[in-house]
Amino acid sequence: MSAVATHPYIAALLAGSGDLPKSPLAWLNERRGAALERANALSVPTTRDEEWRFTDITPLTRLRFQPVAESPQLAAADIEHHYVPEAAARLVFVDGVYAPALSEVSALPAGVHVSTLSVALESDGTRLAPHLARHAGLEQNVFTALNTAHLREGALLVLEKNAQLAAPAHVLHVATRKDAVAYPRCLVVANAGSECALIEDYVALTADAYFCNAVTEIAVGPNAAVRHVRLQRESTAAFHIGTCAVNLAKDARYFSHAVTFGARISRHDLNITQDGEGAQVKIDGLVLISGRQLADTHTTMDHAQPHGRCEQLHKCIVDGGAHAVFNGKVLVREGAQLTDSSQQSRNLLLSSKARVDTKPQLEIFADDVKCAHGATVGQLDADHLFYLKSRGLSDTSARNLLTYAFGAEVIARIPVRSVANRLERTVMAQTQVNL
Amino acid sequence: MINSGAKILLEVRDVTASVAGVEILKGINLTVRAGEVHAIMGPNGSGKSTFAKLLAGHPAYDLKRGQVQLEGRDIFTLSAEERSRAGLFLGFQYPVEIPGVSNGAFLRLAYNTVQGARGRDELDPLEFDDYVREKMKLLDMSPEFLDRSVNDGFSGGEKKRNEILQMALLEPKLAILDETDSGLDIDALRVVAGGVNQLLTKDNAVVLVTHYQRLLNYIVPDYVHVMDGGRIIKTGDRLLALELESRGYEWVVDESQKKAVTA
Repeated sequence: MSAVATHPYIAALLAGSGDLPKSPLAWLNERRGAALERANALSVPTTRDEEWRFTDITPLTRLRFQPVAESPQLAAADIEHHYVPEAAARLVFVDGVYAPALSEVSALPAGVHVSTLSVALESDGTRLAPHLARHAGLEQNVFTALNTAHLREGALLVLEKNAQLAAPAHVLHVATRKDAVAYPRCLVVANAGSECALIEDYVALTADAYFCNAVTEIAVGPNAAVRHVRLQRESTAAFHIGTCAVNLAKDARYFSHAVTFGARISRHDLNITQDGEGAQVKIDGLVLISGRQLADTHTTMDHAQPHGRCEQLHKCIVDGGAHAVFNGKVLVREGAQLTDSSQQSRNLLLSSKARVDTKPQLEIFADDVKCAHGATVGQLDADHLFYLKSRGLSDTSARNLLTYAFGAEVIARIPVRSVANRLERTVMAQTQVNL
Repeated sequence: MINSGAKILLEVRDVTASVAGVEILKGINLTVRAGEVHAIMGPNGSGKSTFAKLLAGHPAYDLKRGQVQLEGRDIFTLSAEERSRAGLFLGFQYPVEIPGVSNGAFLRLAYNTVQGARGRDELDPLEFDDYVREKMKLLDMSPEFLDRSVNDGFSGGEKKRNEILQMALLEPKLAILDETDSGLDIDALRVVAGGVNQLLTKDNAVVLVTHYQRLLNYIVPDYVHVMDGGRIIKTGDRLLALELESRGYEWVVDESQKKAVTA
């Protein structure tokens, strides 16, 4: 390692990353090298950084995490309950290491390619050069820089022009080891006119502390569509920091459903850039946390071109002494006329110690646009409660049902039925509803 | 149907109530016997809806004075859910929407809760599905309304049908239908009114709260009460409703004010 990290914690996480084998692809080595250099130069964010104002990651920096070298031997029976019956392909990573025996990729429609990044980089690496480590910015994000410095493996979904993958591709990340750090990486390239659905699922077979630092990049070509379901169900002792960068070409469509149930401390950054005219975006978010959990969601919708449409609904249900953070940035650049962007942040606090910090951040530099936003933080609506009680439901039962409904509204829109059903049952159990 | 020997289901005596410290109801008296249909009419702001919500137990309304008994039980010692289980039903003017909860699951939860409280058998999902589909025929409702979220995206008429469906399932002794006719076209009104008529027996009763006479062409009242300024100022039979339709409310209000002056 040539440079020395400014921060001892980052130095520890970077230890050995410079010694990893070089790729025959010069561009890839360059990007890793640049990421390593950037990670060395950056510091661990603190609450003095505007982007991390409400999220104190000190507990993360107190622990030492090691990457796992070999894939732990899991039987399918250990994780089968997380499989998605509708899925067309499944890639499983255990503690960040690809598990071929648990994965299944076969009989995909013409023009659809699902593989690991390493395989694709070996056979046809140049095709990935315009996208891999090109969309997720690491200038200001030490965690993306760390992930990219470690970039060797990951999940890849490529759709050739007009290819259709109606059934979802499932990327399942399983954490099993205490003190392990994983750097999941995912790249989706949906070329012109193609359509696909992706499920990224983060689950745990351990209740211990570990660290998941994930980066996903999604390039949606002209008139292509990507439906993206992201489920974060880490152990409640774990740390999860994930970034997803989405680039939209002309008339591209991107629909995101992000659900956060897990982790002691989690951070999810979703950065969407509308790079072509007329792109259409829907961003759904649901955070359901309790105990001492902290879940921070930062989204950026960058309307860099005209005629973009975006509808965002972000909901948080916060119980116990948990803390949810939401920052929703909507940027309408000069010239991005006729943008239609709306954002709703709805939050439900179930205990007097629960906390939410929500902040819409609209920056509008075009004059002929429609932008709306609203935020509510509160308890259940008295008229809704009265309606249910007038039908015989007890106060507790009515409150639980409304809490369940608050979350179920987002879950019901997830386009994969088995996933939605499973999540509904989780929320029912959490809210003691039995429907 | 009037039967002066029938059991008294609802007895309201000198009820005065307020919302946010403002007195809205100023001494209401009303007796409803089994088998009867009552209509409470009156201009906007007369207190009709307040009265309906007060009876059902809305937390925003405070009883200041007076008494209400449902089959001899003081309802103000009961919570809203206990009143419902005891046989009181309010059909809402504006039923709330609950996205994320299927209407079928909600109806089953309400039905089984009330059945359980009345010491009757609950139905499992399959049994309930058969049962509710039968009831839906009364209201010409398609079974797809079971799969949709509660009232979410329902038209005005669909919401009102769903209210009457709940009445059919919960089998109240006393149903108060608050502006059930508002927002209904003539076909929907006929269907909703037909549903209510089929649910009427000699053992239950309905109080229709309405601004217009139109509904009363389909559900014929035994008594028509005119409410103004938080009081019932006149009571008559169905002909009073027709007179109100042609002459408006003013003459009744004037008449009652004259009476108050001479008294």
